[in-house]
Amino acid sequence: MIGVVAVGGVLGACARYAIALGWPTAAGGFPWATLVINVAGCAVIGAFLTVLTEAWRAHRLVRPFFGTGVLGGFTTFSTYAVDVQRLMLAGRAAAALGYLAATLLAALVAVWAGAAAARLVIGRRTR
Amino acid sequence: MNWLLVIVGAAVGAPLRYLTDRAVQARHDTVFPWGTFAVNVSGSLVLGLLTGAVAAGAASSQLQLLLGTGFCGALTTYSTFSWETLRLAEGGARFYAGVNAAGSVVAGLGSAFTGWAIAQALWV
Repeated sequence: MIGVVAVGGVLGACARYAIALGWPTAAGGFPWATLVINVAGCAVIGAFLTVLTEAWRAHRLVRPFFGTGVLGGFTTFSTYAVDVQRLMLAGRAAAALGYLAATLLAALVAVWAGAAAARLVIGRRTR
Repeated sequence: MNWLLVIVGAAVGAPLRYLTDRAVQARHDTVFPWGTFAVNVSGSLVLGLLTGAVAAGAASSQLQLLLGTGFCGALTTYSTFSWETLRLAEGGARFYAGVNAAGSVVAGLGSAFTGWAIAQALWV
């Protein structure tokens, strides 16, 4: 179980690192890459865990591998918190507050929309 | 080499999140997701400390990749945090959903600043 979480976590973290390399945030700049990574991960987990809890009796390692491992390793809360702090320390209070609120709101809307989209598909299939 | 640092950090961080969540969730019987809260707040503290150390010249960019991008990135999670917030809201625990969302952000930011302040005290 722990090995499956580790492998998934490594894959997720590598995907996040690859995006950060290809789309770097300038010093004191708005961290768009982290915002997009976190919001995308939330949309996917909303759909994935809804399908898993409501429709698909998957193998017991599917959730720890993809949900806990890949998506957990891909998204990051610590970088988000330190991104906000960096903007504040750079004197960009408005950008810091905007980034803080935009990530939180977009993440919650994304997880809800992912779940709603999954339920739509599940409902069509079972009808 | 850089990729290897991220891989090693994440290979430790992700399982540690899983084990911490299981241990914390087994020790209370409330609906509040304390396990995810705990890893996110402690990961933010470590990353704040590390960022402060790098800024002060006390830590290398290799350590940043191993401990920051790899370990802290995989230890903390935004996807599980938002999923658990959604589950609380859908399950009728809207108050707890709000407390989890606001509390995690405030506590995470607070611990990032605490880590930064510790680094300032130690290395500046």
